[in-house]
This record gives sequence, C-alpha cells and structure tokens, in this order.
Amino acid sequence: MTSEVDQVEAVGDGSDGPLGRQGPSAPRRAKPIRRLDRVIIRFAGDSGDGMQLTGDRFTSETASFGNDLSTLPNFPAEIRAPAGTLPGVSSFQLHFADHDILTPGDAPNVLVAMNPAALKANIADLPRGAEIIVNTDEFTKRALSKVGYALDPLSDGSLEAYHLHKVPLTTLTLEALKESGLARKDAERAKNMFALGLLSWMYHRPTHGTEGFLRQKFAKRPEIAEANISAFRAGWNFGETTEDFAVSYEIPPARLPAGRYRNISGNLALSYGLIAASRRSGLPLFLGSYPITPASDILHELSKHKNFGVRTFQAEDEIAGVGAALGAAFGGALGVTTTSGPGVALKSETIGLAVSLELPLLVVDIQRGGPSTGLPTKTEQADLLQAMFGRNGEAPVPIVAPATPAECFAAALEAARIAVTYRTPVLLLSDGYLANGSEPWLIPEVDELPEIKPGFATGPNTPDGSFWPYLRDPQTLARPWAVPGTPGLEHRIGGIEKQDGTGNISYDPANHDLMVRTRQAKVDGVAVPPLEVDDPDKLARVLVLGWGSTYGPITAAVRRLRADGAHIAQAHLRHLNPFPANLGAVLGSYERVIVPEMNLGQLALLLRAKYLVDAQSYNQVRGLPFKAQQLADVLWAAIGTLEGNDGDE
Amino acid sequence: MSDQHAFPSLSLVPKAQAAQSAKDFKTDQEVRWCPGCGDYAILAAVQAFMPELGIRRENTVFVSGIGCSSRFPYYMNTYGMHSIHGRAPAIATGLAASRADLSVWVVTGDGDALSIGGNHLIHALRRNVNLKILLFNNRIYGLTKGQYSPTSELGKITKSTPMGSLDAPFNPLSLAIGAEATFVARTIDSDRKHLQSVLRAAAEHRGTALVEIYQNCNIFNDGAFEVLKDATTAQRALIRLEHGRPIRFGPDLGEGVFRDALTGELHTAPVTPDNEDRVLVHDAHAPNPVTAFGLSRLADNDTLHHTPIGVLRSVERPVYDTLMAEQLATAVEQRGEGDLATLLAGADTWTVE
Ligand code: SF4
Repeated sequence: MTSEVDQVEAVGDGSDGPLGRQGPSAPRRAKPIRRLDRVIIRFAGDSGDGMQLTGDRFTSETASFGNDLSTLPNFPAEIRAPAGTLPGVSSFQLHFADHDILTPGDAPNVLVAMNPAALKANIADLPRGAEIIVNTDEFTKRALSKVGYALDPLSDGSLEAYHLHKVPLTTLTLEALKESGLARKDAERAKNMFALGLLSWMYHRPTHGTEGFLRQKFAKRPEIAEANISAFRAGWNFGETTEDFAVSYEIPPARLPAGRYRNISGNLALSYGLIAASRRSGLPLFLGSYPITPASDILHELSKHKNFGVRTFQAEDEIAGVGAALGAAFGGALGVTTTSGPGVALKSETIGLAVSLELPLLVVDIQRGGPSTGLPTKTEQADLLQAMFGRNGEAPVPIVAPATPAECFAAALEAARIAVTYRTPVLLLSDGYLANGSEPWLIPEVDELPEIKPGFATGPNTPDGSFWPYLRDPQTLARPWAVPGTPGLEHRIGGIEKQDGTGNISYDPANHDLMVRTRQAKVDGVAVPPLEVDDPDKLARVLVLGWGSTYGPITAAVRRLRADGAHIAQAHLRHLNPFPANLGAVLGSYERVIVPEMNLGQLALLLRAKYLVDAQSYNQVRGLPFKAQQLADVLWAAIGTLEGNDGDE
Repeated sequence: MSDQHAFPSLSLVPKAQAAQSAKDFKTDQEVRWCPGCGDYAILAAVQAFMPELGIRRENTVFVSGIGCSSRFPYYMNTYGMHSIHGRAPAIATGLAASRADLSVWVVTGDGDALSIGGNHLIHALRRNVNLKILLFNNRIYGLTKGQYSPTSELGKITKSTPMGSLDAPFNPLSLAIGAEATFVARTIDSDRKHLQSVLRAAAEHRGTALVEIYQNCNIFNDGAFEVLKDATTAQRALIRLEHGRPIRFGPDLGEGVFRDALTGELHTAPVTPDNEDRVLVHDAHAPNPVTAFGLSRLADNDTLHHTPIGVLRSVERPVYDTLMAEQLATAVEQRGEGDLATLLAGADTWTVE
C-alpha cells in the first residue's frame, strides 16, 4: 500500500516536488505533462455558482478514469445565502490518486475560487506553493470590501507564496457563448462549466461523461445544454492554448482490487443497501420519513424505485414517519425510518415501543452537528449516546455504524439482518460526511449478499394449540413474528409490560424484572463479528480505536506513522451495541488507547464504563472531519509519552 | 372472486370461510374498565357487529393509542396493537398502506386523537387512508384521573382546572370536515342499533372514516350525554340524520332544520305547513362540505341541544393506499420488475483487471 506520508506537500509551483514524477507525454498534447500520484482540488464559490455540481462532475470523470477518490462537499444550510458573503461560500473538495486513499485530503493542492469570498474563506487551508485559480471578473471593489479585503489580494502581494492563475472566467465564458443567443445572465451561469473544462484539461479527465450528463440534465432546454457544453469545451481549450497553464498533470488509474467499480456516496449506498435487504429477505420495503438534512436524499432515492416494491411515505412529522414504519413492520414489511439527530429525539418514544413490541425496525440517523438544529449541513458523531440510551426505561437497541461512504451499503444489510433476526429496532448511525462524501465501490455480486430469513410464525407454538407471542427462540431470544392474515395466531401486543411467554398485560414485579433483563440479554447476545486489529508488527503499545466516519483520517494517520517507523495498532468499531466480544481483551492488550471522535468523548465514556480502561479521548466538533496530519500528531505524542515514561523509569 | 363484497372498502380482504358470531371476537382477557363505563356497550356492539363484515378474523386489526378507550384491542380476538399516546393513526397508516388485504380499525379517545395525536388524525383524514377511526369522546381524561380534555366545555371544573378551564373546546366533526375527511359520523354508546348502523356505513366507506362515539365516563364526567339518552329530553335534543330524508326531530317531528337564505347558516325551527317544503333534506354525499360543516355545529356546546347523529358526510375520493399500490404497479409496468444487479451497477462503471 502506498504511504500517504508524502501527500501533505502541495503540488508545488511547477517544480516536481516530492509528488511530481515526470511521466511520458501524451502524444496529442503540445505542453509538457507531469505525472503525479495524487491531487487534492477544492472548488469554491457562491452557493449559486454550482460548485457542488462542478465537484460532482469532476468526481464522475475521475471515477470513470479509474482513480481512487474521496470527496468532501461543504455547503451552507441556507439554500441561497446572501451572494458574495463568507457564509454563502459553498465548496467541494476532491482527493484522487493512483493508489488507495482514505480521506478527502487535509490541504488542497489546487483551489478554484470563483469570487473573493471563496478565496478568503479557503486560503487558510492552502499550503504554500498551492495553485489558485481565481475568477478575476468577480474581484471588484465592491465584492472585495464585502468580505473585508481592504486591498486586492490578487495584486497586493499577499498571495506570493502561491501559484496564482488569474483567469477572467466570466468574460471568457461570455465570449465563448456570444453566438449562443442566450441572455447574459444565463450565459454567465455556465462559468462553472468553463472552470470544470479547464480543470479537466489540467488533469486529463475524460470529458464525454460530462457532455452526456449536460445533455440529459437540460434535455428540455437544449440551448442551455449546448451553452454549458460550449463553456466546458472553451475551458478545456483555454488550458491547452493559454500560456498561463504551462503544464498539465497525469494521475494514472489506481491499482484497486480487481472487479467492477462505480462511484457511490454514502446516502446512495445506504439506499441501495435497504433495497438489497428487502430483496434478500423477501420483505417489502416501507420507508416512513420526514424530510431532514442530511437524510432526505435517502427518501428521494428510494422514491425512485417503486418497481422494487418500495413504498415511501412522506409523513406529517418525524413521529408519524417512524410510527408508519412500525405499523408496516407489524404487517410484515421491512420498516425503515430515516432521519437526523433532531428526528431521532422525536422518534424516541416510538423506538421504545418497538423495543417493547419486539418488532424489526430500522432507524437510520444521518448525524449532523447538534444540539437542537445545530449545524444541519455539517458532520458530527454526537448521537451515539442518544442512540444508546435516548429512551425512557431500559430500552436497549443494537447500533451499527459504517466507516466509509461505500460501507453504508453493507451496514444497511447488517442492520436489517439484526433487526429481522432478533425482532428489534436497530439504529444505523451514519453522518453528514459519509452521506455526502463518495468513493469508488467494488460492486458486489447479488447472490453473494447475505440472506436474511424472516422466519414468520405460521402456526401455534404451545402444546395446547394456542399462540404465545412472547415465547422466545432459545438461541436468539427473538419472539415469533406473526403477521396479520395468519389464521389462528391472532394476538394483541402493546407498550404495557407483558407477561413472559403469553404476552398478556402484566404488572407483576418479578415478571417485569425478568422481561427487562431478557430484552437486555437479547440485545447483548446479538451475534456480531469480532473486532479486527491491525497491528502488523505486533510491537505496538498504543491502540487507536475509532467508529464511524473517522475511519478515513485515522487510517491515513496510522499509515503516516508507520511509514515513519512508528508502531501503532488500529481497530475500528462497526458495531457499537453490542460491542464485539473480544473488545475488552483487545483494549486490555495495549498500554494506551486513544479514541478520536467528532463529539466530546461518547465512545470513550462507554469504553471506560464497560471495560474500566483508561481510554483517552481526542475530540473535535468543528462540523468537519479530522485531518490525517492532526491525528498523526496526536498519535505520535501518545507513543512519545509512553517512550518518555520508559526513559524515566 | 365469485360474489361481490358487501363492503366496498374491504374488497381486497379475504372473506371468512364460515359464519362467525360475536363470541368469536371476544378474548379471554379480563375487561378492566370501571363498572358502568360506556366502553362496555361499545365493545359489545362492535363484537356483535364484526361478523357482519364477513371477512376473516385474522385479517382484521385494531390499533389504539393510550387512554381508557385504547385498551379496546386487548378485548378483540383479532390482531391488535395498543401503541403509544396519539400515534395510532400514524401506525395504522403504515399498516393499511402496506397491506390492502387488512381491515384496519383505530380506537382512540378525545385526548388521544385531538390533543397529543391531533396532527396524525388530521393527516390521516386528508390522505384518506383506508382506516376506520372510532373516537370515543367522553369529554374528559379518564385514565389520568379526571383532567379536562380538548372537548371539555369551557369553564369545566376538574382537578387541573379548579377555577374552570380556559380553553375553548374542539368540535371533533368540524375539525374532521376541515381536515378534508371523506366520512364523518357521530353516534352514542348506549344506542346499539344506531351505533352499529354507523359502523356499517363506515365499513362500507372507501377511505378514512371518522366515527365520533359519545361515551359516558361514569367516574369523572358522568351524565355528560344524559340529555341525549333520557327518553324525554332526547326527543328535543337529538337529531337523527338519514340520507335523503328531511331533517326533522322533536315530538311528532315538529321541529326541522332550515337554511337561512341570506347567510346560508343552519338553524332549527318548528315545522309549519308553510315552511315544510323548506326543511333541509340531508345529503351525506354532497361534494361540498359546507352543509355537513353546518350540521356539525348545530348543537349547543353546553346543553347539547340539537345534536345531529348519524352520517354527516360520506363522499368518494381516491384512497391513499390504493393510489400507492397503483404507483408501484405503474412503475413495474413502465420499467419492469426491479433488477438489483442492474441497480447496483448504475450507469457509470469501470473495471479493474
Ligand atoms: S375512567 Fe371513565 S372512561 Fe375510563 S374506564 Fe373508568 S368510566 Fe370508563
């Protein structure tokens, strides 16, 4: 595996630098070509500038070229924040490489800034020597003063440390479209495609996909499609002809494991995972959901697939969303509700009911910054304790958490397996970063996907011929799932405590104690795979343990450390409840355990409580993922203190 | 199917093989309402009515929320769920929308449906999901021991309102009509025959049916509807609606309901040979809800005089669950049964050797 150690450096000001290996020139190119092993690009502009679309297109081009990639969209919660302001800046970062990568990258090598606000909001993230492409047309006095630039940064020398490309993107776009007959305003809007064309030239991206995409997207307005394509081509040609862009770069395809790939975002993977779970269980999928950022895309996606028998119900509120899903589950469907943290809070009582009814139910929480409305479009993983404990009474719920965008597919299947096998609600914790981020996905073979067996009750389960809805499977402790329409199994269930076995209402103290313990034992007994530890030389004394979307930056940090000769062990939890059976032993075999989390230490709290280990938390709640270097520094320090202690002894 | 179903809303529900009786719908559970509670009469009436539907017992589901009335499913030998406060319409919506072969009933009360669950009730009504909602209205909170409810009369003295309640009550039927309900009816716990006739009409209705049942809570609000039950007072207080018939009531049907020509408002007046032909003829199927709304507001909220019972409104509108099923069928028709492998691969793939 290629180390990421050398990847913190910028591309440099035209020199090869540590990344630039000279490669063979492509024949039709007039200009020199440099070969790189990876690049990080950030597109930034106004919310209305179409930066997300530009980033998405560049990502698709990159995926179809065969690079490994990882993306980080970052946009304001407002649909159209005031134009030209710092809060209105929307950006899309893409990291792509000729090898396996894990994160959207710490620092961009290239920044495309469509206006002064985009420059100002992003400049601090750029390393010296990075390339900046600015749209000079937007650097007017008024626009500059709007974001507090007293002097024009393009001419005051403040950008000397960077390789600055001053491109009048708007003018060039208008020039390219002057024959199009479009109004100036419409023509101007194609400037993002001009920028995309230019970047596509710089990095040798295939272009037919984008042209096809534009034709399809604007099928109803062919003149707009053609204008966008013209701007896109003009951007490409501009790169090829202008002297400002002296070189272009080649990043060969990555050597990923053999197979067929596609690019996929977390929310899309999760939607597909739900459909796959429906197919592999034979249970019709019912989604009850209320729109909420950043989960709504799952509702949108599933709504498109009614030919898979998928029913999507946009409810009047979060409570009705989960209620309808639970009602459908009672009727034998794979009931799912999708939401974010505030929605989980509203659904708590119904999740508790599902715990008591012991019916399968999937609750998908795409976590975002909290508390309350918090940061709707930013990522965080601070709902772990809400997922774990956020209900009245003892109401244990299994928790599954994917580590990467593509892993959301398998996580949905796994959550469905647990829910159906154990007749329990399951919480699936994704987050804003996984939801919107994307990466290549090795498309699985359908018949190799795990099968899920609903095992509906079909007849009486007692010797006297009656049906007891709470007579459990001795292995899994799951109760029978008898759906309406099954003759002879008519039964009533509810949220009041039930007598063990018969399910009749019972207020008996000893029975309640037994039922509480049994429900807990059922969840504790959910079969989850053992935790795998990556400790290649078995010399590590420090373990870094993460969960959820921190996987990318943690793994990148670990690679850097190892490349520099450090010994460090890494493990990542995909099951947060129950924990893998070997977790205690794993924790006990390292002298120090570091737990990086995008919260104030929620997993660390659970680990400390359950295993009495001195797990050390490292936190950040900035609405953005960790940077690999930041974690590498923390881990270095942890290893260093241990060694320092040794010295003292 | 050989023969037509007597109840159009149940056309997709499998029919019972053998005749059933009220006994078949009773469970072995001890009924735990207070002795004398109006819920007993409603339960007996429903159990006796169910065989008439002629559908399989196992395809019948009762879903309830929380409150005295919500214990109802435990006593019905069908499938049942006693859920959480106010949420029964939402839960039942998911069930009905995914299972066209079920007859789904919601049992709720004035607190459950109109207070904590008000949102779910109005949205179920506007969607027109194939649900039959029985709203037991006793104008009080029973299970929590006697606080005023959203249907209690203004100024009501209860444990939580020792100086009288301050909030104006809901009129459940007005609310339902305002929420685009396609079927709205009212009946009384003690009038078994009428109750069953309303249940029958509700079961025939395609879509959401809201049946308000005046129910006596003899512990915390005893006699709330006595004026409608006592033979002498009921004659003047109660207006029995029948579709297609002039709305007349009182001794010798000497009173009638009229529409004011100028304002369109409804009012009651003695019927005379002069005005007899202007007595309002009840049209439950009128597309415009304005008359049904007027009828729902005819009663005096305090004295309950001029309380119409029967079906106020019953109109046809596409049913949510049917529409949902049709969309699924259309999607399959247009694009074929979904193929998982094709879906997962998508349009843009590349191969690594
Ligand atoms: S409190 Fe009232 S409504 Fe409840 S069971 Fe007793 S009498 Fe019936």
